[in-house]
Formats: sequence, structure tokens, C-alpha cells
Amino acid sequence: MSDPIVSIKGITKRFPGVIAVDDVNVDIKENEFFALLGPSGCGKTTLLRIIAGFETPTEGAILIDGEDMSVTPPNRRPVNMVFQSYAVFPHMTVSDNVAYGLKVVGTPAAEIGPRVKEALEMVQLDHLGERKPDQLSGGQRQRVALARALVKQPKVLLLDEPLSALDAKLRESMQLELARLQQTIGITFIIVTHDQDEALSMADRIAVMDKGAITQIATPEVLYEQPNSRFVADFIGKVNLFDGTVTGAQGKAVKVDVAGLGSLAIPHDSEASGKVSLAVRPEKIKLSKTKPKAGLIATSGKIADWAYYGNTSHMYIETPDDLRIAVNIQNESRDTVDHVDIGDTVWLSWRPEDTLLLAE
Amino acid sequence: MENWKDNRLVFWVTALPGVFWLFVFFLVPLTLIWLMSFGEKTSILDIEITGTLANYARTFQAVYLKIIWKSLWISVLATAVCLAIAYPVAFGICFSPKRWRPLLLLLVILPFWINLLIRTYALIAVFRTRGTLNFTLEWLWNLAFLDKLIGPFQPLELLYNNGAVIVGLVYVFMPFMVLPLYATIERLDRSYLEASLDLGASQWRTFFSVTVPLTMPGIVSGIILVFIPMLGMFLVPDLLGGTNAIMIGNVITDQFKAANDWPFGAALSFLLMYITFAALAVRAFVDARSKGRVGV
Repeated sequence: MSDPIVSIKGITKRFPGVIAVDDVNVDIKENEFFALLGPSGCGKTTLLRIIAGFETPTEGAILIDGEDMSVTPPNRRPVNMVFQSYAVFPHMTVSDNVAYGLKVVGTPAAEIGPRVKEALEMVQLDHLGERKPDQLSGGQRQRVALARALVKQPKVLLLDEPLSALDAKLRESMQLELARLQQTIGITFIIVTHDQDEALSMADRIAVMDKGAITQIATPEVLYEQPNSRFVADFIGKVNLFDGTVTGAQGKAVKVDVAGLGSLAIPHDSEASGKVSLAVRPEKIKLSKTKPKAGLIATSGKIADWAYYGNTSHMYIETPDDLRIAVNIQNESRDTVDHVDIGDTVWLSWRPEDTLLLAE
Repeated sequence: MENWKDNRLVFWVTALPGVFWLFVFFLVPLTLIWLMSFGEKTSILDIEITGTLANYARTFQAVYLKIIWKSLWISVLATAVCLAIAYPVAFGICFSPKRWRPLLLLLVILPFWINLLIRTYALIAVFRTRGTLNFTLEWLWNLAFLDKLIGPFQPLELLYNNGAVIVGLVYVFMPFMVLPLYATIERLDRSYLEASLDLGASQWRTFFSVTVPLTMPGIVSGIILVFIPMLGMFLVPDLLGGTNAIMIGNVITDQFKAANDWPFGAALSFLLMYITFAALAVRAFVDARSKGRVGV
């Protein structure tokens, strides 16, 4: 494996009365699309600002491309940032904005023109170079911010909630574009986001943060299918969580007692004991009118709530034992939802392998 | 309910006091003075509006042009010093902890609570030959044994010169410069400054390429608020400048009072106003041109 491009070693940041970042260790690889994901106030933006140099860590060190950057001011770091507010200079034209970062470091004038043009072409804004930022849409301003950072040819591009100010449709197309851009130019992107869809669809690896600490670092698939804690399972996507108690082992499975579901055998690699949580994703649960075949985890209940989303329907089933279970069904044919109604009694079932055992 | 803006009666009733005030206390006196500038004295008390331009012709005599010219450069210099001091002060207040800001702003405004006349006389007490500043300097002089080495301390002549007038003007008008600058800098989004640093610019480069252009509206309002009243100021040059450093404001007061030549005083006043209007017009023109270029 090649050396990491960004190495975060034991970074802690304390503000008066709060620990914003709590002993974070991450290595980010070259050409990686890395996401810092977490709820607001989890410290992800502070961590990004520490990498950029706008905050000094209380403890720990930042290495960028092998060099210790802990005391290097932001204007000497080989990283560039796309700000959440874009921070496109309102008193300069689009071209001047992009050229600014080259001018201030004394790039020869003959070189600036072509590089600005190339950067604007990369974000498809080459026809708007003479405009002022107040004549651009939000999406266009963001592209200017992107071109302005990329023209510096940084080793790492930092993006602080880059899509949060865009409307849903534009956000989706920008997600694809950012991923495409990262693959074409082949530099490391570190993105901060609170939007799990954004992180899952774009990133190669995601670090989930909670209360200043990293809870799990994994690929999107692993994060979704094998979360390592209740917090991650709950934060990434929707999940049904059941409290249970381990009663023993059975071959490669662990026997767990769950109120309302009975004694279940859950496949699990390692040892488990005491109180645990069982997690199952709503789309893994099947809905049927008749009792499902043996070998599945099953229960029956009444449909309590129903949200229709066009391609899917989200249903909430209440069992006689007061469990409330979310189920997502694909509206595969136009009459899928005609067969059931609120108040109907239905059967729920899912495979034991789709159930995840999480220690508390 | 009916929108109050649609109700003409409400509109006129609320607007009337302001309109009346402006009309009676601003437009009418101004027009009278303006007409007077085209008049001639017929006796000690009577003035006849004859449409003569003689008063204006007199303002172009060398002695008056020299004083106008001097008033202009003193005001320009004092405004520049004001800006140079006020910008860091306003910047410092904006970047100080939030709970300190009201107190610091209060310190800036505090001199307003004391009458201008008293404040200016207090400056005399500081600057005169046997004043606070000279005493302090003498004390330092003796402390460094310079009295033994060089000889007794010679008090500095700090009053009754152009320097004293400039210091006085800067002192009096400082809050008018700090407040608009504070208002603009406070609204400035810090991420612009961070973006500039992030793109490789030094702190100095960031200041001149980003901070100053983005706070230009505050700088311009501060300059207008300070420069125009400075140009017509007569109290400060009268008290601190004495006969050596009179400004155009003193000449105008003299015409209305001692010389009892209201038509000429009116002409001088309006000459000052024409200069001010010309300066504002140039600014508006430059403004419009820089905006017009954007649209192309």
C-alpha cells in the first residue's frame, strides 16, 4: 500500500467547555474520495478546518504527503477548500476569481490565462468568465469555487458541505459530477457532509463521526450492511432495532431472546453475551398475507401508518407485543399497494442472515 | 385589513411633519441664503437681490482661493489620518470577543456625551505650552537625565498651527469614521478572508485584495461623513488654530458677523457647497461606470 496523502494522528481540539474533536486517527489514501459524515455538531467541520489550517489542534499532528503541517499556515498548505458558502469574491469576475490563487503566488501571466480557461472548462463555465458572481445561480457559483480550488492543483481538495445549499435535483447531478471529476483529475477529495445519501453515493470510504470521535471507517457497503454500533446503524439509512439478551451459542449462530419475536438464532462471527441489539433494514423485510415458511424470523401485526413515495411505500407495523417495525416495499406493479390497507393484519418475515447483532 | 400603504390619508399624516420640517428649516433658509448670494448691500441692514455675480467674483480673489485651497488639503489630510486610525480600531472591535464589542463601541461614542466646545477647550489644556503634554514630556526628559546632558527642556509649540487643527479635527470626527467602518466590517463574511488565505495569499495580500475592496462602502461613507463637515468646520480652527490656521469656515462666520457682509458670506458658503456637490457627483459617476461595466 502506498503512503497516505493525509495522515491525521491523534488530533484533539478543545474549545472552552467542549471537545470538538476527540483523539481522531485516520489515514487518507491518494486518489481517495473520503467522506466525513455525522450529525451537526459532531466535529466534522472542525476536523476539516484543522486539515486546511484554519484551526490549530490542541493535540496531535497532521501530515500531508508525509510532511508535518501542524504549524504551517493555511496559505502554505498544498490543500484547497470549497467553502460551504462558496466564498466566491463578489468584487471579481469569474475569471479573476479563478486566477486569484495563481496571481498571489506569482505564477507567470502567460501561464495564468490557459490554466484559468482549462479550470473553467472542467466545470463547464468557460462561457461565463466575464460575469460577476451576483449574475450567477447558486450552482454556478459553486462551480466557480470548485474551479478556483482545482486550478491550484492541490494534493487534496477539501469540500465543506458543498451541496447543502442546492435544490434536490441539482444536488443529485452535482453528486455524479463531483464523483466524475474526482476520477478524471485523480486527486484526493475530502468531503464533509451530514447527508448520508451524499456520502454513500460519492465516497470510496466514509468516516462516521459522533461527539468528536470517529465511530467507524468503512466503505459505503460495509457501513450500510455491517455497521459496528447502534449509532452507525441508526444514522446510516433506516433500521429496526430490537433489544435482546444472549442466551447461548448454537454452532456459528448466537441465540438471542427478543420480547415479541421469541428465541432467534442469529449468524455471528464472534462471541457475544449479555444485552445486545438486533438490527434489520426495512427493505430486507417481506410482507405477506399468509404465514411465511419456517426458517425465517416472522411475526404478525397491524398496519399502523403508511407513507407512499411513488417507487416505494414505507409501512409501519405494530405487533401485539408493542413492537413497531418499519417495512419498505417496492411498488413493483401499479396495483402493489391495492391489496393491503391501514388496519389490515399482515405477516412480516426476514432471513436470519439479514439480521445484524450489535453489542451495546 | 387595509394595507396602510394604500391609505393616502395615513401616508400624508405620517409624512407631513417630516416634510414640513425639511421645508421650513432646511429648504427655505437655504434658498434665502442662495438668493442672498446674488444680492447687494444697500444699507447696514438691507440687502437687495439684484442678480449680481460680484459676490462670486470676489470669492475668486487670491486671498480667498488660498484659504479654500488650504481648507481642502487640511480636510483631506485629517480625513486620511482619521481613516488610518479608525480602520484598525473598527477591525479590532469586530474581531474582539462578542461580549466586549458593546463596551468597545461605547468607548468610541463616549466623547459624544461631552459638549464639543468643552472637549476642544480640554485639548487646549493638553497642548498649550504649560499643558499636560509638555509637562509629561518634560518629566520624561528629566527622567532620562537629558536636562543634565543637554540642558533644560524647551516646551514644544503645539497650539495655533495647522498641526493642532488637524489633530483637533481628527479627534472630533473619529467616531463618524469608526461607526460606518464597523458596520461594514462586521457584516463581512469571514469565509472570504479564509478563502483568500486558502488560495495562497498572505495576510497583507488578503487585506488589500479582499478586505479593503469588500469594505469599500464603509470606507466611502466614512470619508463623506467626515470630510464634508471638516471642510466647513470653524470652531476647531478658531480655538486650536488661532489666527495662523484659519479655514474657510472662519472666513464665512466673519462675513456674517464681524464684517456684516451677508451676500459675500452666502456666496462663499455656496462655493463650498458647489465643491462638495461636484465631489459627490464625481463619485456617483465613477460608481455608475463601474456598475455599468459589469453588465457587459
